[in-house]
Amino acid sequence: MSGEAARTYLPQGLPIPVAEADGLSAPYWHGLRQSRLLVQRCRHCATWQFGPEWICHRCHAFDPDWTEIEPHGRIFSWERVWHPSHAALRQHGPYLAVLVEIPHAGGVRMIGNLLGDPGQAVFIGAVVDGVFEHHPHPERPYSLLHWQLSSVR
Amino acid sequence: MSAKATADRTLRGRVAVVGIGETDYYRHGASPDPEFKLALKAILGACSDAGIDPRDIDGFASYSEERSEASRLAAALGTRRLRAATMQWGGGGGGCCAAVANAAASIVAGLADCVVVFRALAQGQYGRFGQTTGIDTISGEKAYLMPYGVLAPPQRFAMRVRRYMHEHGVGQEALRAIALASYHHAQANPRAVMYGKPLDAAKYDASRWIAEPFHLYDCCMENDGAAALVLVPAERAGEFRNKPAYVLGAAVGSGYCAGAIPHNSPHYASAGFETVAADLYAMAGLGPSDVGVVQCYENFTGGVVMALAEHGFFAPEEVNDYLAFDNLVAPSGRLPLNTSGGNLAECYMHGFELVLEAVRQVRGTSTSQARRNDVAMVIGGPMVTPVSNLLLGSEATL
Repeated sequence: MSGEAARTYLPQGLPIPVAEADGLSAPYWHGLRQSRLLVQRCRHCATWQFGPEWICHRCHAFDPDWTEIEPHGRIFSWERVWHPSHAALRQHGPYLAVLVEIPHAGGVRMIGNLLGDPGQAVFIGAVVDGVFEHHPHPERPYSLLHWQLSSVR
Repeated sequence: MSAKATADRTLRGRVAVVGIGETDYYRHGASPDPEFKLALKAILGACSDAGIDPRDIDGFASYSEERSEASRLAAALGTRRLRAATMQWGGGGGGCCAAVANAAASIVAGLADCVVVFRALAQGQYGRFGQTTGIDTISGEKAYLMPYGVLAPPQRFAMRVRRYMHEHGVGQEALRAIALASYHHAQANPRAVMYGKPLDAAKYDASRWIAEPFHLYDCCMENDGAAALVLVPAERAGEFRNKPAYVLGAAVGSGYCAGAIPHNSPHYASAGFETVAADLYAMAGLGPSDVGVVQCYENFTGGVVMALAEHGFFAPEEVNDYLAFDNLVAPSGRLPLNTSGGNLAECYMHGFELVLEAVRQVRGTSTSQARRNDVAMVIGGPMVTPVSNLLLGSEATL
């Protein structure tokens, strides 16, 4: 497991994502653990929705379906973080976070880290592919979704 | 609804700020007083400034999960009765003007007659906003952000500003001009935490990145202290010792699906004032050219850029020309901005220090007085939701 931990983009010790007490986002987090990206799509009006809600914001049908999508998108915005806002990052150095837009799912957006050199130039509009990162935590295993430039594959 | 009823539904000219007070402002964690005591000191200061008996306060209004609760304040101060206790939803400084609006609405509706609006923070007692250590698991919006190192406010807002800079060709110099203006004004303000600590362009450029595009000086401070004001019906404004600052308008809210998480608001590259600025001007019957001086909440300089554009002071494509240091400084810049030093250099009192500074501008008692001070604007909490704004004016503007 230590080998697995060493391959994560950011050090261990950051807050672990869990679903809310009412379970709203549980299908999303469960999907990531199976290397599947699920977002909501209303079965009545076909509107895409992410993050999840109990109702479709367009037609008000309850409980939108969870739909698997291909983890491909393009960089909508980005940031290079230098200041450590958490003890786990204190000796880490800069890292990249990106906001990725997914055109084939209604343009929903999600945040992840951009894999590769943290000093790389980042371009809005660049095409990226998702990379699942599994954290086999003993009590609370979880998975994240990162991104890398399509040309890297 | 009849025309008269519609015309009645306004705050314009109905209430006035007659007293302001604040504690000394401290670095975060440096207050010798606990938070509730800071709140009491600021409130008593505002009452003293007005020349009003604190026992006559009959309402309290605040925002951003204020911990100094209205009933405890009323008991501590021995107020004769409590008639209004309003708390604005939402975090950060998004509610700093909304709290004034809620208090004003309470008075206009006849629910209360003398409402204190305030904010108090003691971060040594309760912890900082800029550090997130000590959280084991996270759910809700932050679950989509924190595991990726998008932890604290600088990281949560940098991407929004980056996108705006990309869409409109905004340069880093525009952000820098805002920081320089705040620090410039703080050098004239003995209350300011950064009084005696000037900033110049070279020092800004050499400062470390917090999260690109934010340098250190693009980010607000974190501070301890408290600030308060006293609001009364306009017809009573003449009873008190200071020149009243009348509410000309206020607005609260956000546009379509602004709260879609995580970072899914349709109009992403925005400070959130598209609808709120229009509501403010409509209530006040004024436009941007009527405004002489602006206090705009600087959580981060980039939010100020967007907020000023959304209030119509310039088009997004004009940012690089308009946001130059000379245009932003009192007394005679095109738009004197954050004349006390604001969140960057006076004190991060969650923007309430900005409301007090707008009152000073209308009174003519600022340490960096703007030449045009009849109409003063406050803009609260760019990039959060809900946001809010406020226009104050002298008697001549009624």
